Amino acid sequence: MAAILTMDDVSKRFGALVVTDRLSMELRAGEALGVIGPNGAGKSTLFNLIAGGIRADSGKITFSGHDITALPPHERCRMGIGRSYQIPHPFTGMTVFENLLVGAIFGDGRGEAEVYDLCIDVLRRTGLLRKANALAGSLTLLERKRLEMARALATNPKVLLLDEIAGGLTEHECHELVDTVRAAHATGVSIIWIEHVLHALRAVVSRLIVINFGQKIEDGPPDAVMASPQVREIYMGIEAGASVTVPEPADA
Amino acid sequence: MIAALPTYRVERGTTASRIGTILGVVLLALLIALPFLTGRATLRLAIEIFAYLTLAQMWNLLAGYAGLVSVGQQAFVGFGGYMLFALVLFLGLNPLLALPVAGVLTAAVAVPTAFVVFRLRGAYFAIGTWVVAEVYRLSFAQVSALGGGSGMSLPAAAVRGIAADAQLRESIIYWVALAVALLALATVYLLLRSRWGLALTAIRDSEPAAESVGVDNDRTKLVVYLVVAAVTGVTGALIFLQKLRIAPDAAFSVNDWTAFVIFMTVIGGIGRIEGPIVGTLVFFVLRALFADYGAWYLMLLGLVAVAVMLVAPKGLWGYVADRFALQLFPVQRRVRLLEEPRA
Ligand SMILES: Nc1ncnc2c1ncn2[C@@H]1O[C@H](COP(=O)(O)OP(=O)(O)O)[C@@H](O)[C@H]1O
Ligand SMILES: [Mg+2]
Repeated sequence: MAAILTMDDVSKRFGALVVTDRLSMELRAGEALGVIGPNGAGKSTLFNLIAGGIRADSGKITFSGHDITALPPHERCRMGIGRSYQIPHPFTGMTVFENLLVGAIFGDGRGEAEVYDLCIDVLRRTGLLRKANALAGSLTLLERKRLEMARALATNPKVLLLDEIAGGLTEHECHELVDTVRAAHATGVSIIWIEHVLHALRAVVSRLIVINFGQKIEDGPPDAVMASPQVREIYMGIEAGASVTVPEPADA
Repeated sequence: MIAALPTYRVERGTTASRIGTILGVVLLALLIALPFLTGRATLRLAIEIFAYLTLAQMWNLLAGYAGLVSVGQQAFVGFGGYMLFALVLFLGLNPLLALPVAGVLTAAVAVPTAFVVFRLRGAYFAIGTWVVAEVYRLSFAQVSALGGGSGMSLPAAAVRGIAADAQLRESIIYWVALAVALLALATVYLLLRSRWGLALTAIRDSEPAAESVGVDNDRTKLVVYLVVAAVTGVTGALIFLQKLRIAPDAAFSVNDWTAFVIFMTVIGGIGRIEGPIVGTLVFFVLRALFADYGAWYLMLLGLVAVAVMLVAPKGLWGYVADRFALQLFPVQRRVRLLEEPRA
């Protein structure tokens, strides 16, 4: 499979703090890739670099064969990069349906009436149809996280970036979420999923990368990655492959 | 994934908006007839109210939606006013015709202005707009053909060009002011209902999220800035057409054309169409009751602003609207499911 997204020797620092350290990786078209690593390792920053919220200091990012390193976020979205924020950023004064409309109209570049069906479909797939007319500001944290994913899906992305959307869910909700992500994946969307809830992640992804101190320290099949000594050291006490949830990060 | 989409309809209107429309039509008929019902003093007050309604709507669009907190609206008011005088004086244009031209010219000068102030963010943007307005003021004070620092009056011949009779002239200016206020309101309403409105409201609520779903924040803001400049310029021209006199200090007054306007918008409810309308009316009621108390009056305005911010941070309209889910101008879309989804 061809790579749809590549990062080539990308670095980013905030003052003296190096948050992304000469990181290279690739995502193949149609692939589902998991990203794990301790808090503050630079996982969310990775998404910001890919989606354009922050610019790389050095290195190169390509998407579908185009160099996107210097492109603004809205252009990257229109090219097919859809993202969710770890800390939800809903359009609070708009209804849930309108939140999706913004994504569908501007991210997918179509007229308003043409995208109604798409938005209704995404609302249903993400379990938000009942909340279609609710103001996004009135949603609970869990609903806001679902809205993050729904709004990104409404932009009709080729690559979907999911940042810690499974924390705090009940067993049942977690299963529903996994089904939703799988369904999106099944339509051909490539996925990168940052997640602490390992069993949810492993139900979807076929490859895992591990970030620590801004560096990629592992990259490979989930079983092999979880078995590596370095990863076991980071996730001390957690058996690889076990259906265990890493504690919710304090900053979430 | 296509299968079994529920049947639905997307609706815009609300009961409040339908009642509002009927009341609005009645009110409009009354306002159109007002010159036949009252004297010149009332008309003058009404013109001023319409001008402020327009200014507040525009500042709300800029600050409440696009996040561009300008404290330099007097730049556009003053520039529009001066363009009216220049067009009448140098080109012999009829003052009424000069109004829209002044708006176009103000939008034109807003392009290089935007080039400067758009490099600044947040508080720096605010200060930048003020500095630009000061530059405008100082520049116009240098133009001796427009009266320099002491200003000038509109030539009597041009004034008679509107209407020979003073009463009729005041009525005409009144109708024009009413039309401008309505057009501004309609512009804001239609803008917010359109896809631009979705983008703007998204920017209002979260700039990073807006750009992450494909909204070109900078371009959207620029378009809004230029529209606001044009309408504010027309309003400035109108204000000084009524005054028949212009001078740099009055034209570029930060107090009159920005501070009061911010007061109206914020106490009424920033980031909603209804807010500036409510705020403007409250302002004029306060002024009618207390303006004679001089400095005390200004302190009272400050106190009212602080009280409203503490009790109702979303403004008076925001307070009421959130309680009763009111929307007089239905910009929101509601999904009505006509049939349960076949699961
Ligand atoms: N905009 C920013 N300015 C300064 N420091 C930041 C910024 N964003 C993230 N950081 C820092 O970069 C580090 C990595 O953050 P992040 O990518 O959010 O980590 P993770 O998602 O892996 O928990 C953290 O130490 C965080 O405090
Ligand atoms: Mg993170």
